[in-house]
Formats: sequence, C-alpha cells, structure tokens
Amino acid sequence: MSIDWKKYDPGECYDEIISTPGYARAAARNLTSWLRGLSEEDLQARKVDAELAIIDKGVTFTVYSDGENIDRAWPFDIIPRVIPIREWRRVEAGLKQRLQALNLFINDLYHDRKIIRDKVIPKTLIEKSKGFRKECVGITPPHKVWANICGSDLVRDNDGTIYVLEDNLRVPSGVSYMIENREVTKRVLPELFENNTILPVDDYPDRLLEMLQSISRSRRAEPEVVVLTPGIYNSAYFEHAFLARTMGAELVEGADLMVDKDDCVYMKTIQGPARVDVIYRRIDDLFLDPEVFNPDSALGVPGLMRAWRKGKVALANAPGCGVADDKVVYSYVPDIIRYYLDEDPLLPNVPTYRCNDKKQREHVMANLETMVVKPANESGGYGMLVGPQSTATEREEFRRLISRNPRNYIGQPALTLSTAPALCEGTLEPRHLDLRPFILQGRDTHVTAGGLTRVAMKRGSLVVNSSQGGGSKDTWVVDNESG
Amino acid sequence: MLSRVARRVYWMARYIERAENTARLVNTYHFLLLDLPRGTRVGWDILPVITGGYNQFSERYQRHDERNTVKFLLADSNNPSSLINSIAFARENCRTSREVLPGHAWEQLNELKLYADAHITDALPRRGRFEILTEIIHRCQQLTGLLAGTMTHDHGYDFIRIGRNLERSDMSTRVVDVGALSLQGADDSSGLDVHVWTSMLKALNAYQMYRKDVQIGVHCSDVVSFLLQNDYYPRSVAHCLDQVEECLGDLPLHKDTLAPLREVRRRVNRLKPGKLNANSLHAEVDRLQVGFSDIHKKIRETWFD
Repeated sequence: MSIDWKKYDPGECYDEIISTPGYARAAARNLTSWLRGLSEEDLQARKVDAELAIIDKGVTFTVYSDGENIDRAWPFDIIPRVIPIREWRRVEAGLKQRLQALNLFINDLYHDRKIIRDKVIPKTLIEKSKGFRKECVGITPPHKVWANICGSDLVRDNDGTIYVLEDNLRVPSGVSYMIENREVTKRVLPELFENNTILPVDDYPDRLLEMLQSISRSRRAEPEVVVLTPGIYNSAYFEHAFLARTMGAELVEGADLMVDKDDCVYMKTIQGPARVDVIYRRIDDLFLDPEVFNPDSALGVPGLMRAWRKGKVALANAPGCGVADDKVVYSYVPDIIRYYLDEDPLLPNVPTYRCNDKKQREHVMANLETMVVKPANESGGYGMLVGPQSTATEREEFRRLISRNPRNYIGQPALTLSTAPALCEGTLEPRHLDLRPFILQGRDTHVTAGGLTRVAMKRGSLVVNSSQGGGSKDTWVVDNESG
Repeated sequence: MLSRVARRVYWMARYIERAENTARLVNTYHFLLLDLPRGTRVGWDILPVITGGYNQFSERYQRHDERNTVKFLLADSNNPSSLINSIAFARENCRTSREVLPGHAWEQLNELKLYADAHITDALPRRGRFEILTEIIHRCQQLTGLLAGTMTHDHGYDFIRIGRNLERSDMSTRVVDVGALSLQGADDSSGLDVHVWTSMLKALNAYQMYRKDVQIGVHCSDVVSFLLQNDYYPRSVAHCLDQVEECLGDLPLHKDTLAPLREVRRRVNRLKPGKLNANSLHAEVDRLQVGFSDIHKKIRETWFD
C-alpha cells in the first residue's frame, strides 16, 4: 500500500507541505507525488537506511543523564520540509536586516548609548541585563559587529505568518546537524534531487571561515582561525569538532592557548607557540578569561580579554554581545530596526508583553492560560510556563515569580506551530516544527539556505528539543520558479 | 599539531602497551610458578616490585599471596598502573583526541574497556585467567595493528610509536629484572635458571624467535642479550630505541631529545651479559630505566609542556 495524501489531515494547523487534504503546496508537489509512488515497505526501508547512515557517520548529540554523558544517535525524520524560494528570499532579507540592526544596537550600547538618550528603550533595561559586560564598554570590534554568528528561531502560526521567536546570539548550535541532515537525505532519497532544484547547504563551513577571516586584525594573508571548545563533555562537542574539521581549523581547549607578554594569543603546538588571529569560541562569556570573569574557570584562557581589548585577537562572537540575547530586549527589536535602519521590520516578532510594564503585566497575569511566559535570560526552554498545558498550581507559581521580579519575564500568546508530515510507525502524520536559520555577519552578511528544522515527534507536542524527544528534518529551499 | 593532542596520543599508546604487557606478565608468571620446584623462594610479590608499585602494594595488602598480587596488578582501581586503569586511561586519552585518530580506534578501545570491566574479576582465580588475559592481549594487538594500518603516518603516528616503544623497552627490562631477582642467591647447579629464562622469553612472546636466533640452549647471558641487544626482535630494548630514534628525527625541534636516547642506546651496546651476575644485572637494568625516564622527560619538555 502506498501513501494516501487524502488521509493526511493537519486539521486547524498550517501545514508546510499540504494545503488541504489531498492537495500539496506548489513547491512540495514533486515531493508528495514521488512519495506516493513508494510502497510503505520501501519508505520504511529508507528510514532504516537513514538510521544506519547516522550511526555510520557518527552523528551524535550528548545528553547528561544518570551522572554520565551519553552520546546518542541524532534523531532524524526522513521526510524533508519544503520552503518555496520566493518566501525564503523574504525571510532571508528579514534576518539580515534584523542582525544588522542588532549589531548596531550592541555597538551603541557599549559606546554612546544614543538609543537610550533618545528614550527608545529604558536605561534600566540594560543596567539589569545579565548579558551586559561593563568590561566591553568602549571597544569596537572589526566592522563594528559583535554578534558574528546568530541562530534565530522562526515559527509559523495558523494564518501562515512566519514570526521570529528568539535570536540566539551567544553560542548558537545546530548548524552541523543541518549539514548532516542534508547528507543523509542525499543518501537515502537520491532520486528526489534529480527533479528538484534544492539550494545546497554544505557551503556553510566555507562561509563561516570566510567570515571569521574577515574579522582578523592581522595582516597575514591566511589568518590562523581556531575553534575553542569547552571539551568533550559539552553537549555540542560533536558540532565543535565538525566545524573545526570542515573548516580545516584547529579544535582547541582553553589550556591549548596562552596569552604572552606581547598580549598576543598563541596555541601550544609541537612546533612551538603558534600565533592565533581569530577564535571562534564556543564557551560562554563568563568562562572566557579567569582574570576578568569567573576566576574558577578552567575552560578559559587567562589574559584573553586583555588580548581582545588590545585588538590582538578577534573573538566571535564578541564578549558582551549576549546583551541583545534577552527576551525583554527582543520585544524592542522592531523599534531597534526602525531606530538604526529607518526601515520597517521585514519579519514580525511574536506579540510580546513585558512584565515590567504595569499594564502589560496585568494583561499577562489575567491571561496566563493562553500565554507562554518566559524568563528573560534563559535558553533551551528552561523555566518557561506554557499556559494551555499548565496546571493551576504552576500558574500560581508563575504569578508569584512575576510579581517578585517583573523585569525578568515576558508573556506571549501561545502560537499554534505549523506542521509537516513525519514518518510515524509506518504512516505519515502531522507534527509541529520550528526552524533555526543561521546568519553570519563579518564584512558581509550571509544566511543559510533554510536552516535546521526541529520537529516534535510526539503527537500534539510543541517540544522540539532533541533532549526531550524532538527530532529533526532536512530543510529544502526549493527553486520552483526558474526554468 | 597541538601539544595536548600529541601528549594524549603518546599516552594512549603507552597505556595500550602497558595493558598488554601487564596481561602477559601475569599470564606467564602463573606458568613459571607451576614449573618451579616446591619450596623455591620466588613468590608472587616480585611482580609489584618490578612494576614499581611495591610500596603501595605492601601498604594496602597484608598477605602477599597470589590472589592479592593478581588483584593488585589487574583489577585494583587504586593502583595507577593496574591493567584496568591502563585500559581506562588509554580510552580516556583516545576519547579526547578522536579527531586525529581513525574512527574505529575509538570504537575498539571503548569495547576493550567494556570487556575488561565486565570480565576482570573472572581473571583473578587461576581458572579463567588465561583465557581472559589472552583475549585482552589480542585486543590490544588488534588496536596496534589498526593504528598501523589505517592511520596516516604523520606526526601523530610518530608520537604513538614513540609511546609504544618506550613502554615496550621499559617492560622488557622489567622482565629481565624478574629473571634476575628470581635467581638471586640461587644455586647455579639447580637448573632453575632454564625454567626462569624460558618463562621470561615467553612473557615477551620471544621464545620461538629466540630459538630461531640462538640454537644452543637457554642461558642467562644469551637471553639477556636477546632481550636487550638484539637489533631485530621488536620487543628488544635495542630495537625499540632505534624505532624511537627514527620517530624523534621526524619531529620538529627534536635536537635536544636525541642526546638522552643515544646515551641509553650506547649503554645497551656496552653491556656484556656474560659478565653479569644477578646483582649486577639488576643494577644495570635500574640504570636503563632511569635512562628511559630521562628520554620521556625530554620529550615532555620539548613537545608537551
């Protein structure tokens, strides 16, 4: 028996592939008709192939459980998610606009603070931000860009609108899985690549290297770029090793680097100390330099901040850029774009209520059952209240948390995330998903073609995190317009 | 190449070799003791003496019998050079330098650790010991072969060979030391020495190769010469040192490291096994081991620190 698309019903949700039961969206038609030609057994066999490919290639993520770190095979659903190129071009322009504005904003905060003097955003917001680093005041990184690598989470609501849910500016991860997902799909569904024009994604390591070299301060023709990892116990270690390998850069730990009397950074090699020009750091700000931040940090490099401040080494992302990775700052991004670029935002924010404003707080408190409440500074979905799925006790708890520290909370109406078909026990069923594209900014700005699609593999669930039963999909930006 | 990565692959190779050698030593010693006449003074506690852990052993164990010695050497997690610790350290060094090693090396080493952890207590009583230790030896050899056959022979591989050969030459001198200590004060006419030296050759898998090389019987001076001075036998000290010298020459900044190596190599050449008795042989072996440690120190200073 083969797939009957008429039986696939996404219900109220916006589905990325099917518009109404039996009818595929234009860019997905090649995909759905090809899938219809496959038997259930064939589809199942390809799923098994994909699982084997992932094990063979050693694509893993690390979870911490029972006091031990375990490498698990990366969860992957073989049915790709399709985005038409015209829509993608609009999203791409919106993401570039957003990151450019955010970088102007961060640079302003560490210099003249015009945006505060002009009363577009309140002063207290920055002073109480956990991501603000007074050590960075007055510094100007190359091209005035602080966040060189950004992973923005996009979601689509019922009515088809794509919203930016958050901007991850600190050490966003996931891009290696975007590339590996494509590799696996090419192995297990090769026929599909013949009849579709799918934008490639495997140029990312080259783009990343190009961007990193563009922020080097040294005059060397080929600046030495390294990837700084906290080590094998970090949950994203696979990605650190992947990016270092594909860029041809050294993967270093803090102890491999040292800052000498000349304030330059060197890595310890068997040839002796070798000068380092650019560090793609995958370590949090507070662990970067025990002389300046957390003195107990064994992950960092003593003197690194000194070297950076004197312009002897470039750090991506720049320390202190996390000030813009804050849910309350997020709510001001449309204003930030208008203020610095004098343009209207191309991509909307999810409507956001700030709890430090009395009126908005009252609105959140009165509508907890239909809202999502998030703390300003957490990432990875921690400390959140998902209203529609919450108990009365949990809502009571959040009422208390919010009144105690209103600056730390925002509320957003709970969206109904869009769906796409996923292979679940032999049949295709709609599952909710999001999308994380990656934006690079150095001398130029670049956006990945698509990004990492994460999918909640449990029916009705909105939790896409891989540590909590989430899966992932290959993401296709399909050119269905040119010849 | 990063110094840290060089250090880790070097130690990985040393620990794999050490695990294999410890397994061999326990395996053969067991057979030697079976052959010795009752009442011979040689005991199990020679093994902690020659592996350098005697003080720790006697502090923690009251009875110096077979069971405690074997437990100390194989399964004691507080003994830094016990077999299971060697395997665990090898695995940890491999785990943290996976990006320069062939993928299967990590998988096999990981499996070796799982095997050793699951079976090592069964290797404590005599029954089962031989089979489990032999399996561990095979797996170590498989790893060595896998690295030789699938890893690019670059600087990383040089550090692996250096680590392996230094550890190997160190163990060969220790085996000679067991022989020397076993025969201390023994009557020459007892015929004991043939048993002892045959066992020592077997501990290094050298018996057949020795036989091919030396047609007359098993004599102390010939065995010592074979294990220390033979240019072609891969576990003899002379051969191991030549391998190390070749690798050192490949590496950048190697100039200072050659001096301590050549010094030990000359000492090996000058040895006259025929003129040594048990005591002077023991002293000679001691000096060689100090020399190995000097080579290691120089390597550490040059590339790892």
